[in-house]
Amino acid sequence: MKSLHAQHHPLADTSYQLTVLNSAQQVGKAWPAFASKLRETGLLPLRPTGISTLQLNVGKMCNQTCKHCHVDAGPDRTEIMTRETMELCLAALRQAPDMQVVDITGGAPEMNPDFRWLVEQVAALGRQLIVRCNLTIVVANKKYHDLPAFYRQHGVRVVSSLPHFSAARTDAQRGEGVFERSIRALKMLNAEGYGQEESGLVLDLVYNPSGAFMPGSQMALERDFKQRLRREHGIEFNHLLTITNLPVSRFLDYLMESGNYAAYMDKLVQSYNPVAAANVMCRSTLSVGWDGYLYDCDFNQMLELPVEAAAPQHIRDFDLGQLNARSIVLNQHCYGCTAGAGSSCGGATA
Amino acid sequence: MEKTYYNPADLAKFGNITEWQSEMGRKFFDYYGEVFKEGALTEREKSLIALAVAHAVQCPYCIDAYTTDSLQKGADEAQMMEAVHVAAAIKGGAALVHGVQMMNKAKELTM
Repeated sequence: MKSLHAQHHPLADTSYQLTVLNSAQQVGKAWPAFASKLRETGLLPLRPTGISTLQLNVGKMCNQTCKHCHVDAGPDRTEIMTRETMELCLAALRQAPDMQVVDITGGAPEMNPDFRWLVEQVAALGRQLIVRCNLTIVVANKKYHDLPAFYRQHGVRVVSSLPHFSAARTDAQRGEGVFERSIRALKMLNAEGYGQEESGLVLDLVYNPSGAFMPGSQMALERDFKQRLRREHGIEFNHLLTITNLPVSRFLDYLMESGNYAAYMDKLVQSYNPVAAANVMCRSTLSVGWDGYLYDCDFNQMLELPVEAAAPQHIRDFDLGQLNARSIVLNQHCYGCTAGAGSSCGGATA
Repeated sequence: MEKTYYNPADLAKFGNITEWQSEMGRKFFDYYGEVFKEGALTEREKSLIALAVAHAVQCPYCIDAYTTDSLQKGADEAQMMEAVHVAAAIKGGAALVHGVQMMNKAKELTM
């Protein structure tokens, strides 16, 4: 499977994605502006509560081409963060000790040639470090086999996608054979101490629904995942984080192609939860793109919606005070983070 | 006139039944909500039971609703199909077990 970008698909163009999200012409139906919902809740303009997480998207290159990927990542994507841009991120972190968490994502971040250097530098700053590892990268090539040991050495919290404890559901979303390879990688992480009681090495799994439906209860799904993965594969992990798929990029394509777009948007809009709206992750996160530009979240990044014009646009101009005072950029995809129990890179929010 | 008796859009209007009898309707929905909360059974197990019953009573609204709900609660295709087989086994068994009654009657009437 190729990325939308490589297919020259109309949805590879972010302005077309925004047209689909905002225009009634595409599906014969429009939904109230997300900003109007926030206004009703008294949250407009939406402002940060204080940036505590710096999320670095170090590139769109990935060994997988998942059907729901909002990044449109894949082996055919070449955009990756340079060491110079990483240095600018490190300078921002030194300037802002309040940014206690550094969340490294991609693509498969490990495919960036400067990934290990970046992890070492961030670890040396004494910040909490999250790596969003797709699991299969660990077994993709011999040069990645030592990743679990590398993560342990630097105290990395590993957050990995596993959409289901059944191979069929997982492979349907992430590609043929991904489940089996993910299980192998999880066993390697467990062997290194990850997810094991009292090791202090945290291994969290991410549950994304493998279709046009919302995630169920995070607590109930975590219990089921723990039971099944332990019983059938002897695997241990710490927490399950449920994340709602947002109608962006390849998941938007899936919704349109499968005829589920309107019903899915209906569901997200009907499930708007003011508590989740108050807790959205963009209030405490700043997202940095592979080229150093700044966004309110990774989804805005993929829709090329930069932070508001009055705020610094690039990590080289980082100013925590100005960024904390910014107004967060909203669009219709934001309904995904406020539906039901809420959704964020850290799982449910309400 | 409608071409079919069932309209998928009507499922979303289920709540409207309270318009003509608010007290009973409200009590029903309160009860319904309570039933599907996690208790001695998990929400996923209850959803799968509902999916099986939906097939037994052949309610297209319920099949739509509880297929979605089962997926949402983390069930996979194998679990959902097994639930449908439970419904089929009970419905088939319910027909067949009456065969004993038929046999009893036939024996009564025949030499």
